[in-house]
Amino acid sequence: MSDWKKDVEVLVHQGKISVPYSWTVGSTLSRWYCELRDNGKIWANRCPGCGTVFVPPKAKCIHCYLEPHDWVELPGTGTVETYTVVRYEEPKLHPRKAPFVYGLIKMDGADTCLLHFIDEIEPEKVKVGMRVEAVLAEEREGNILDIKHFRPLG
Amino acid sequence: MEKVAIIGVAQSKYEQNKPETFAEMVYDVTRRALEDAGITKDEVDNVVSVSSDFWDGRTISSMAIQDSACAYGKDITTVEGDGTFGCLYGMMRILSGSFGVTIVVAHHKGTESNMNGITNCAFDPLVERKLGIDAVSSAALQARRYMNKYALKEEQFALVSVKNHGNAMRNPLALFPMEITVEDVMNSRRIADPLKLLDCSPVTDGAAALVLAAERQAKKLSTRKKRVWLLGVGHCSDAYRLGDRDLADTRALKAAAKRAYSMAGIVDPLREIDVAEVYDAFSYMEPLWLEGLGFCDDGKGCEYLERGYFHFDGRLPVNPSGGRLSANPVQVAGLAELAECVLQIRGEAGDRQVGEVNVALAHGINGMCGQSHCVWILGR
Repeated sequence: MSDWKKDVEVLVHQGKISVPYSWTVGSTLSRWYCELRDNGKIWANRCPGCGTVFVPPKAKCIHCYLEPHDWVELPGTGTVETYTVVRYEEPKLHPRKAPFVYGLIKMDGADTCLLHFIDEIEPEKVKVGMRVEAVLAEEREGNILDIKHFRPLG
Repeated sequence: MEKVAIIGVAQSKYEQNKPETFAEMVYDVTRRALEDAGITKDEVDNVVSVSSDFWDGRTISSMAIQDSACAYGKDITTVEGDGTFGCLYGMMRILSGSFGVTIVVAHHKGTESNMNGITNCAFDPLVERKLGIDAVSSAALQARRYMNKYALKEEQFALVSVKNHGNAMRNPLALFPMEITVEDVMNSRRIADPLKLLDCSPVTDGAAALVLAAERQAKKLSTRKKRVWLLGVGHCSDAYRLGDRDLADTRALKAAAKRAYSMAGIVDPLREIDVAEVYDAFSYMEPLWLEGLGFCDDGKGCEYLERGYFHFDGRLPVNPSGGRLSANPVQVAGLAELAECVLQIRGEAGDRQVGEVNVALAHGINGMCGQSHCVWILGR
């Protein structure tokens, strides 16, 4: 019935979609990033209902659906809850060359984890439970890369 | 509530770099699902497509497949997510009383694009996206958390890949049927520790379609042998941000499973369910989701696997199709699972038939690291 399909040279057209966006950061994350950029401080916010402390701060509590109005300053230290050593290159996505380490860091003074790089240590030596501290970028622009990475504490 | 049946199914062969356009794939499976149901396009008045505009590289891509999905001159509506959620929407539209015979059709052409780039865009551009995280690296974080919480080993995850690639040897539609060993998985290229290449599913092109009908129409249009009933469904989602979750906690899946079991009257899932297709996009996910589905206690999924419970000839065969590890057509995956469950219940699964099946389970996920789950119970 469709025998002619076997003999067709199927062509492939190359394409690329490039569309610019200007995303508002919103009041909650803007306040967080401005504190980080201008004062080098990592803040979090606390739900008035259940007391959960979120970092990055949230516009509403995932549990209670209330606005976490209380802001608390964190010491910038934490514990590695999980990590991965990324071995593949993805130059348009990754801000650094592989191998590098992503960690979910349970921040001291908060109830949630922050995703970031773990560096200044050989990737093979990173461990769950390791104590780490944030290293801030010298030139800060008001985004997540104002934290350069986390490094072993002490 | 009126019952809804699946009265027709079709799947494409799952391949990389398929020569068909996505519209051609949709035409192929929709036409064959109608043939399987023994009905014509004129009897369909509700079409639900499942796709992702980002993967397709086309805005509102359902508009581009409307004629292929037999929706020309009718209505088409779309779920962006897994096929299990597409089936849910199809059933809901039937139960609303506004629609009759329904096509649910999913397509995916992942090999035309860049998975890491697309899954990176699932993350918040205001926070995590800038770090370059994607589906693979976030799954690796989940795998490590799961290992650490329950003292599991990479070799135990590798056994999932061995089992599922082995199962795929019986499935002519699968992309990577392979006889491999735990050593092969352990020695495969490291991608994002603890995940190696053979712990990761291959992004695959493919399509699948189901024909749904409410009880009265189903009984009029199809034979008893072809009808498979949707007995129960449950769905639930967890927090969006990875850091707001314990990645080894399956609370959303547990809630979804509880609802599906309650609706289907399942009390003891391990005893009452005969076969399960679960979303094994990465090896570690299979035991983690089996725990969430209540087939064993938390942290015991790997142990049950090692004892053979989930093998092809085990007490509960899991992913006899070869699973997503052997072919992962992303949004299509859940619909493929539902189609596989239908074939198992009808006794038409060919070499991969696990024996007599009365009750089957299909499980799909949306979002990174299983943020959202949809659980289906199907039966005679």
